[in-house]
Amino acid sequence: MHTVALGGVDYFVLALYVAFVIGIGWVLKAYMKTSSDFLTARGSIPAWVTGLAFMSANLGALELVGMAASGAKYGIATAHFYWVGAIPAMVFLAVFMMPFYYGSKARSVPEYLKLRFDERTRAFNSMTFAVMTVFASGISMNALAKLLHQLLGWNYHAALWVCSVVVLLYVLRGGLTSAIYTEVLQFFMIVLGFAPVVWLALRDVGGWGRLNETLATVATAPGKIGLNDRTFAPDAWTSAWKPLLGGPAANPMGVDVFAMVFGLGFVLSFGYWCTNFLVVQRAMAAKNMSAARRTPLIAAVPKMLIPALVILPGMLAVGLASTGKDGYRLPPKPIKSFGGIVSVVKATATENLDPQAAFARVSTAVGMKLDEAKVASLLRDAPTLDGNALEYRIQDSVSEVDFDGVILSLVKKYCPSGLLGLALTALLASFMSGMAGNVTAFNTVWTYDLYQAYIAPKKSDQHYLGMGRAITVVGILLSIACAYFASNYSNAMDVVQLVFGFVNAPLFATFLFGMFWSRTTAHGAFFGLLGGTATSALFHALTLATGNAPGIKGGYLGVVASFPSEMAQNFWLASFAFIVCFSLTGGISLATKRTKTDEELKGLVYSMTPRLVDDEKHWILRPAVLGSILLACCVVLNVIFW
Amino acid sequence: MGLDIRYPIGLMFGTIGLVMVVYGALTGGDPMYQRSLGINVNLWWGAVLFVFGAAMLFFARKGAKGTEAPKA
Repeated sequence: MHTVALGGVDYFVLALYVAFVIGIGWVLKAYMKTSSDFLTARGSIPAWVTGLAFMSANLGALELVGMAASGAKYGIATAHFYWVGAIPAMVFLAVFMMPFYYGSKARSVPEYLKLRFDERTRAFNSMTFAVMTVFASGISMNALAKLLHQLLGWNYHAALWVCSVVVLLYVLRGGLTSAIYTEVLQFFMIVLGFAPVVWLALRDVGGWGRLNETLATVATAPGKIGLNDRTFAPDAWTSAWKPLLGGPAANPMGVDVFAMVFGLGFVLSFGYWCTNFLVVQRAMAAKNMSAARRTPLIAAVPKMLIPALVILPGMLAVGLASTGKDGYRLPPKPIKSFGGIVSVVKATATENLDPQAAFARVSTAVGMKLDEAKVASLLRDAPTLDGNALEYRIQDSVSEVDFDGVILSLVKKYCPSGLLGLALTALLASFMSGMAGNVTAFNTVWTYDLYQAYIAPKKSDQHYLGMGRAITVVGILLSIACAYFASNYSNAMDVVQLVFGFVNAPLFATFLFGMFWSRTTAHGAFFGLLGGTATSALFHALTLATGNAPGIKGGYLGVVASFPSEMAQNFWLASFAFIVCFSLTGGISLATKRTKTDEELKGLVYSMTPRLVDDEKHWILRPAVLGSILLACCVVLNVIFW
Repeated sequence: MGLDIRYPIGLMFGTIGLVMVVYGALTGGDPMYQRSLGINVNLWWGAVLFVFGAAMLFFARKGAKGTEAPKA
């Protein structure tokens, strides 16, 4: 693939950014006196900072790349991840759950589980969470290093290690505080770095109205640009709800309304935003209860608008590709090694085979779907092309689309030197914010919920501070190891992600019961959670999405039900796991005795906790009022893009 | 905490903006701007970044004088 060359000014922007994030860590070093300064940053940070960090820790490179890919594949319906999924869950966290996280003495989400239930639930949650964060960070690092290699020709290993060392430098010195502060800087970097690219692409397409018209023609024949084998009504890419109401066959996601609203909007989103320590940790660092509750609400404002930055580029790329303006096409899947392919092409070009046989031979050599006309012209020109041009033409003849490359293909197309540096820095910033988020959540859970709880209790605080720092280094090294693992065994990586899906799906039911029903017992919580997790695994083993072979994608114990898409399978899996966890936790709680007294549950359960008095000076700043305004805005957005 | 994050944000974007403006002014009319649809995007976007950075610094100064932390 042709790479883009960076100019001096691009390196300058990149270097300046790196200098600032490391500098922030340097300045904050002086404030890191106790383990709690380093690991929880409790009670020290204003709400607007924790709010933007809350948003930014989640806006990792995978989110940027993945949402643009989904924007291309599914269109505006991708925004459901934000307007149906994230925002209501963030409002719920702020209004109902934050008082228990911040109000209890818990320093982490697993620790809340210990205070509310017992050690078993905590151990289960903290161990899966620790492993999950390390893998999540590794997967994202692998993706980024690959992109940098493809786009800039940077060395994969160098990109991986240099980025990690930068994150290590500022997290090691300034701990969670430094991660949160740099996340704010990274948030602005991501927004200001990608906004001009999106604006240029939108202008090039001819504006929003023109984009809608173009996408309407794409929807009726998406196969033309390699998007989808089926055909849809003209509004399939540009309406968020109408195609969903038509059932799974009428929308490119292959999802029905129930799976979308209950599976994604309720179970998966509430499970992620309300119980994932990675994001909750940011709110828990706020300077007081009221700031902690405002944190998710402040985060919800940019979160609501971010689809314009991450989903729109995918839709624009589809629009541009369908008109074929300036020869733009959706990026083809990269060929890993040209070694054997080049010689096959050269040999085929010299022999006088009939076109179909020649095409078949080249296709087998490449191992991907190819474009017949492009291969024919490639074979005609092959004898006159030099090595680089030949590789470029072979790559160009691949017709399978690399959706993850969409966002970078736009950066490449529209950015002159200068802006290019800014956009790439934005990409690196998103990667670093995601990684720092994972590492800071990992080191807290390890130090307090695993090391202090089970390995070395009752040591001095300085001992835990030292452990916090040491495990930060270990966490980053483990992430790097996972990145190499992900690059070598992508199948094994799918399994890992799958298992975490199993663990996460039922989790929200446990918290819902724990926080709002004092009768919930420790046995109920633990066995409910286990049962829910087992249900996910079983559900996966018995169902399959159409087009997939039984195996890693499910159905290896026999196919009881099949779904029109993997996404639908995933949403239904979450719904089932939730319902089973919910019923088991409720049922077992009724059948077993409570072990915690009312006094012990004070501050942990709704009915045992004195009502919070909202003391904001202005009634408009009260979490319930702000939350309602946000939900109303969300409804308006859903109606506009109906 | 003794660090007001608006200072580093303001300084960084102010500097990047300034560099992009100067670079844009020096490279005006360069064929590379065909990519950005004929717009000297370095000049214009650099100016936006510079104004953003300056505003951050302004509010940081103002916040340091008053006692109230900024409302988000």
